[in-house]
Amino acid sequence: MGSYASIYNRIQVRGPFDPGVPLRHSSDTRIQAKSFSYWLGKIGDPQLGPLYLGWSGAASLAFGFIAIEIIGLNMWASVDWDPYAFVRNLAFLSLDPPPAKYGLNPLVPLGDGGWWILAGFFLTTSILLWWVRSYTRARALGMGTHTSWAFASAIFLYLSLGLFRPILMGSWSEAVPFGIITHLNWTASVSVLYGNWYYNPFHMLSIVFLYGSTMLFAMHGATILAVSRFGGEREAEEIVDRGTAAERGALFWRWTMGFNATFESIHRWAWWFAVLTTFTGAIGVLLTGTVVDNWYLWGVKHGIAPSYPSVYPSFPIPDEAARSVIQ
Amino acid sequence: MAMLSFERKYRVRGGTLIGGDLFDFWVGPFYVGFFGVTAVFFALLGSLLMFYDISQGDATNVFAFSVNPPSIKYGLGLAPLDEGGTWQLVTMCAVGAFVSWALREIEICRKLGIGWHVPIAYSFAVLAYVSLVVIRPLLLGAWGHGFPYGIMSHLDWVSNVGYQFLHFHYNPAHMLAVTFFFTTTMFLGLHAGVILGAVNPGKGESVKYGEHENAYFRDYICYSVGPYGIHRLGLFFALNAGFWSAVCIIISGPFWDKGWPYFFDFFLKTPAAIGNIAY
Repeated sequence: MGSYASIYNRIQVRGPFDPGVPLRHSSDTRIQAKSFSYWLGKIGDPQLGPLYLGWSGAASLAFGFIAIEIIGLNMWASVDWDPYAFVRNLAFLSLDPPPAKYGLNPLVPLGDGGWWILAGFFLTTSILLWWVRSYTRARALGMGTHTSWAFASAIFLYLSLGLFRPILMGSWSEAVPFGIITHLNWTASVSVLYGNWYYNPFHMLSIVFLYGSTMLFAMHGATILAVSRFGGEREAEEIVDRGTAAERGALFWRWTMGFNATFESIHRWAWWFAVLTTFTGAIGVLLTGTVVDNWYLWGVKHGIAPSYPSVYPSFPIPDEAARSVIQ
Repeated sequence: MAMLSFERKYRVRGGTLIGGDLFDFWVGPFYVGFFGVTAVFFALLGSLLMFYDISQGDATNVFAFSVNPPSIKYGLGLAPLDEGGTWQLVTMCAVGAFVSWALREIEICRKLGIGWHVPIAYSFAVLAYVSLVVIRPLLLGAWGHGFPYGIMSHLDWVSNVGYQFLHFHYNPAHMLAVTFFFTTTMFLGLHAGVILGAVNPGKGESVKYGEHENAYFRDYICYSVGPYGIHRLGLFFALNAGFWSAVCIIISGPFWDKGWPYFFDFFLKTPAAIGNIAY
C-alpha cells in the first residue's frame, strides 16, 4: 500500500537551498537569507527565504510600522502610559475615528480622532504598496497577476468600510475603529442600527461566498491530498498534461455529485468565490445608510421578510437620548 | 454518454462497504452503491415531508416557507406531525442522507484507490449540522432548540439566538471560527491566484510550474508553504472553521447561559491588574 497524506509531514526532504528562479526587470536582487525550519517543515516546505524587498516592499513595511505605532501608542496613552494596564486591556483598547461633529474635515485635533485619520492614511498607503508588490513580483517572474486582483477585492472591502462609505455618509465617525473588541462592537452596532444585516441581500451573498470558499477549500484540499500518492499536488503540470491524479480527482466528484471541475477550473471556481466574498460584502457596506436605512424594512417592502405587529405602538425616544446617540 | 474519454478504465467492480455487487453500478455520471440508494431514499422522503409541512401552512411566499421544530413543551419527546413532528422526521432524514453520502464517498475513494480525505472533511460539516439540531437540543432538553428549515426563518433563528447572548462576537469559539473562515478564504484566493497566474502567464510567456509558484511567495512574503503544504493548510483551516462553529453553538446555552460579553469579566477582574486605575 502506498502512503497517504495526513495532517503533518512524517518525512522532511532537505535538498540544497533553492535560491529561486531568475528575476526579470527588477530594480533589486533577492536577499538570500537562508534558513530551514523544522517546525514549518511539519506542515509544508521547510525552506524559509529568500526574500525580495524592493522599494515598494520597504516603503510598505515602513508605512505599516508607522500605522501600528500610532495605534499602539494611542492605546497606551489611553491608559495613562501604564504598561500593566496596557497589556491587560489590550484587546479592549481602541483608537476611534473623529466624532460626527467634524464631518469629513481632514484637520481634526490629534487627540479627538486626528490620530485615527493619520493611522488610516499610513495603513492604507502600506496596503496599497503591498498590492503594488504583489503585482510587480508576479510580473518579474513572468506570471499572471491573478493574485493581485484577488487581493484588490479585499482592499475594496477595506476601503469601503474606512474611506468610501464615510465619504458617502459625510462623516469619518461612520468608519471602523482600530481595536480588537471595539471593531467587533462596531460590526454588531452597524448591523442593529441599520435594521439587522441578516436582511441585507449583499450580506447574504457575502456569507454564501465565505462559507462556499471554506467548503471549496475543504473539497479541493482534501481531493489533492487524497490523490497526492499519484503526484496530484503538482497542479500546473497536471493542468497542461493530465495524469491519473487529475483523472481520479475528477472522477471522484463526477461519481459523487454528477459533476466535476478540472484541475484548472477548480481554481477559477475558488478564485471567484474568494473574490466575491469581499466584493459583495463591500457592496452591502456601501449601500447601508446611503441607499437603505433599514434592511429589515427593506426586506418587508420587497416581500422577503414578514412584517411583525407593532408591539410598542408609542415608544417615545427622549430628544436628549437621540441627540447623544447621533453624537 | 455520460462517460469522460478516460473514464471507462476506472469503472471497476468492488470497493463497496456493504452489499457486495448488489448496487455496484452507475446511473449516468453517478455511482449508486448501497449508500446511494439509502441517500436517495432519505433525501426524497425528507424533501417530500418538507413540501407536505409547507403545504399545511398558509405561506405563499418562498421566503416565508419554513419547517419549524416543535414547541419547547414537547421536550425531547415526539411531537404531533403538524406541531413540529415533521421537523423531527425531516431531521432524521437529513442525518440519514448526510451519513449515507459520506459512506458512499468512502466507497468511491476505495474504487479509485485514493485517500479518504474528502469523506473525513465532509463529516466535519455533518458534525456542525448535527451539533445544531441534535447535540445542542439534547443538552438543552428540547428539540425546540433546533433551527427551522426555511430561507428567512433560519436567518431569524441565528439572529435571535445570537442576541439572546447579547453580543455573540464575544463568544471566544465564535471568534476562532470566524477567524478560520476569513483566513481560509484568504488562503483560497492566494492559492487560486498563484495557480491561475502560473498557467495563464499572458501573451508570449511560457506556462510556469511549481518552482515559480514557490519563488513568487518567497519573494512576496518570504515563505512558500509549497504545493503540497497549501492543500493541507487550506483543509486544516477549513475543517477548523467548521469544528469551532460547532463548538461555539454547543457551548452557548449548555455551558454558558449569560451574555457572552460577561465571559470576559473573569479577565478584567484578575488581581494581576497592578495598574488597576480608573479611566
